[in-house]
Amino acid sequence: MIITETFEELLFECSKNDFCIYEQAQAEEAFEQDISVDRLRDIVYRNIKTMKDCIANGIKSEEISISGLSGGDCKKLQIYFENTPSLFGSFFEKMTIYALASAEENARMGRIVACPTAGSCGIVPAILVTLAEGKNISQDIQINGLITAGKIGQVISNKVRLAGAAAGCQAECGVASGMAAGLLTYFRGGCNEKIINAAILAIKNILGLTCDPVCGLVEVPCVKRNPFLAIHAVTASELALAGIESKIPPDEVIDVLARTGNLMSPVLKETSQGGLAKTKTGIELEKLLENKL
Amino acid sequence: MTEKKTLLDVISPIMVGPSSSHTAGAVRIGLMAREIFNGEIKKVHFRLYNSFASTGKGHGTDKALFAGILGWNVDDTRIKNVFDKNYGIEYEYEFIEDTNKPPNAVRITINDEMVIRAESVGSGEVAVTNINGFNVRITGHYNSILMIYQDLPGVISKVTDLIQRRGVNIASLFCDRDIKGGKASMYIALDSEIDPELVNNIKNIECVYFTAGIRKLKS
Repeated sequence: MIITETFEELLFECSKNDFCIYEQAQAEEAFEQDISVDRLRDIVYRNIKTMKDCIANGIKSEEISISGLSGGDCKKLQIYFENTPSLFGSFFEKMTIYALASAEENARMGRIVACPTAGSCGIVPAILVTLAEGKNISQDIQINGLITAGKIGQVISNKVRLAGAAAGCQAECGVASGMAAGLLTYFRGGCNEKIINAAILAIKNILGLTCDPVCGLVEVPCVKRNPFLAIHAVTASELALAGIESKIPPDEVIDVLARTGNLMSPVLKETSQGGLAKTKTGIELEKLLENKL
Repeated sequence: MTEKKTLLDVISPIMVGPSSSHTAGAVRIGLMAREIFNGEIKKVHFRLYNSFASTGKGHGTDKALFAGILGWNVDDTRIKNVFDKNYGIEYEYEFIEDTNKPPNAVRITINDEMVIRAESVGSGEVAVTNINGFNVRITGHYNSILMIYQDLPGVISKVTDLIQRRGVNIASLFCDRDIKGGKASMYIALDSEIDPELVNNIKNIECVYFTAGIRKLKS
């Protein structure tokens, strides 16, 4: 069994075997994990259920995080949309609410699915669950979608460690957005090439995104970044479905993601030594927190 | 040893937030320390370094490490309130800045007997890097056996022979020693479940001081 490591290899194997991306990915992963495809899909579905529970909890809660830096915004957004429907319709409303719900749950030590990381845990679920509900997507298709997203993240992780400390937020929320774009494109019937193209368009347009969390905590700007990058995934998917292609091939874009991460100063890679963390307010919050915790 | 991330790694773990490296990673380090110690834990001392120290409280790293020692998994919603109850284990924390240490590092001392150094390397992935002075690299990706023994000719082949006789494949093997003829450590990653009898047989090899079967971390 070949474990495909690049997008070129993945697309080649898929076309050779006449597979959708999820079919190739699940065959590879079942082999790698030494489990049956059915067992693998059960595990993936367990993760989807946890994503849904997390959103359900997040929507209800107004609890503030330990640090006090986040919490309550998901409620605000829900109340706002109840009174003022979004210009972009109910899908936009749900995606942003769901992304905030998961991200706030994460900050208050609730149970989440790191996808690919905890700080970016709201992005893939926001797209998956909004579509599942709004377009009546079956359990099987939902599983296929998350496997597709997972494969996209896995291919990227061969070149870039998915951690803010390694390559900035482009490797966390950015990659999550790429995964979500691929998932959405699959849900909407996009072919393999369009799925990968969507992921790459999303990634290409967040290159250089830094990781500069205030007080070193996964809250500011991480929580609000989740709804932003969920919507970013939609833009990428729509463009890809329209047949708009990235001029730079997928694997080359991932090389750039890695190189940009290497070029990024450590000050902007999760160390909180610069960026938003070292603004006047960021420093004040840090001092405040030192006394509080 | 480089380990590729699997697809399931990318869409996991299910965990309590907020940080895969500072919270889930910390629980997993605690869990591995518990497996490695493999006995009744009465007292545990944590020394948190660098980012683990400076952002640990806001990320619940202190709670997460202790929860791991208690055997709780990364998705246990009790982690948030772990200090509210007494679990019969004394615990103590120390927070230190040391730029010679990795950004998310911890030293765990159990019952004043065993010192385990570990680090969280991102995305919930962890590595135990040193046990009682011996360099190791235990990532929890495999069921594995760790042993500390006297550095004598033939020990490695005795151990691999015992494993081979059970038809178990060795995924990787790592040895380290202090001085020739001194104490040595061996870490063996297996492609199967850990057979307690196998661990016992290894324990019974002459000149083996310590053996632990370390179960693979749940994804």
